[in-house]
Amino acid sequence: MEGTDADRRDTATRPEDVDPETAARNERLVESLLAGEHRALARVITRIENQAPGHRDLVARLHPHTGEAAIVGITGSPGAGKSTLVDKLAEAYRRRGDTVGVVAVDPSSPYSGGSVLGDRIRMASTVGDMDVFFRSMSARGRLGGLATATTDAVKALDAFGKDVVVVETVGAGQSEVDIVRTADTVAVLVQPGSGDDVQMLKAGILEIGDVFVVNKADMDGVERTVAELKEMIHRRDAAGDATERRPPSEIGHHGVAGSAGADADADTQNDASDDDTDDVWEPPVVETVATTGDGIDELIDAFDAHADYLCDSGKRETKARARYADEIRRLMRSDANELLDEELRRHGGVDALAKRVYERETDPYAVAASIVGPLRDCVEARRERDEPRTSE
Amino acid sequence: MSADAERGQTQQPIRCLIAKVGLDGHDRGAHVIARAFRDAGFEVVYSGLHRAPEEIVQAAVQEDVDVLGISILSGAHNTLVPKVIEGLEEYNAFADTLLIVGGIIPEEDREGLREMGVAAIFGPGTPMQETIDFVREHAPQRD
Repeated sequence: MEGTDADRRDTATRPEDVDPETAARNERLVESLLAGEHRALARVITRIENQAPGHRDLVARLHPHTGEAAIVGITGSPGAGKSTLVDKLAEAYRRRGDTVGVVAVDPSSPYSGGSVLGDRIRMASTVGDMDVFFRSMSARGRLGGLATATTDAVKALDAFGKDVVVVETVGAGQSEVDIVRTADTVAVLVQPGSGDDVQMLKAGILEIGDVFVVNKADMDGVERTVAELKEMIHRRDAAGDATERRPPSEIGHHGVAGSAGADADADTQNDASDDDTDDVWEPPVVETVATTGDGIDELIDAFDAHADYLCDSGKRETKARARYADEIRRLMRSDANELLDEELRRHGGVDALAKRVYERETDPYAVAASIVGPLRDCVEARRERDEPRTSE
Repeated sequence: MSADAERGQTQQPIRCLIAKVGLDGHDRGAHVIARAFRDAGFEVVYSGLHRAPEEIVQAAVQEDVDVLGISILSGAHNTLVPKVIEGLEEYNAFADTLLIVGGIIPEEDREGLREMGVAAIFGPGTPMQETIDFVREHAPQRD
């Protein structure tokens, strides 16, 4: 209830008010979705993707029904075999009775706004099985909005009652990283013999992987890739279980890593951070051949183990809360940006203002202040009005 | 806000599924169409080869496409197309999906397909622009 009210207030400040008609349609859609109608689920995702009028209200209505699904993110460079692996994973999950949702994001930046979404081609193992719901999503040239659309599509699948939701995306760039971070468990795919992949891992993908998958394990160079990966993971973990504390580049080979490891076993960890003591997650490296299905069961075991680890250590909740915090900030920023853009347009647009700055008629600080100032005044006036009430 | 008011233009590309159905290994035409649709600004999901009718239905429903283009060069259209239509009806998805067929369809079979609900049939040599214009004009308006 509270969430819905909050969202109403939120949307009331936006130009797209949820009119009774839209509200009624959203209610019907959500009802049908919760009743298990695939068509309604598909339609809800479309509305989310299109950011159709009232889609916020729609997602707000779904929210109370989410939180049950295990969300798995799969990322890796193009050609690593993500789609094929997802197909085999879906099959394996179905075999043990789990229902599966897949969101495959195709980030190819389109010229015309159009795109060809080809991930579906690999879906061949679950023919006609509607309990695998596969949805292709295009980046549509948006960057920030993609993470929101993906998160919301995952929510729709979660609310629908899927046991497992897989998010598949190419691992390159910040928006991709943002997308897979919406998952509980992130699998990073690497193919053997490609130094490039290891380079990519150095560039920041390593930090987000909970499970590493060396796919195409029937190719040459598997052992070396696995060994390299293991070493990098080991170094990452030894470098302090909280990778965010220090950039990995600062960590030396043996000295620092050794002492950090010793600390972890010793007293400091016990009173410092209670959730890190016994249950530090060391990402496993799993070898698979997605085309034949080899190693898929082991991979699912690894996912399950990570899910158990999250539950037991309490990190599932921590992670989820961090995710919602991210989401709140993201939505807030995007709304604030929209508002600022509107104001910018009202002041004649950024180009005209830039020209005035260029001609030394004004300066960037003054322009920014002239646009943000009135907004701040409004907020402050509102705050003064509201404060007495809230302090009661 | 004006940008939001015009979301119809910016945020809602026409979504299409280009599907190869049955035992038919020729997908050059489907590829050409997929690419032309992409260049026209459509969002194209390509099914891949040798799909069963139920797979096409599954894909069309899940991807919530506005347009379903089936490419058939095997001559099995009179069997396969009705199966796809039946499947779509099962999910209540037939009414607002624009169904078009491309490939080798003999003249005498075309009327029958149209009666089943195929909106248009594009044979070999159809100018690409004609197909694109048709889709733009007839893609279902959904609210």
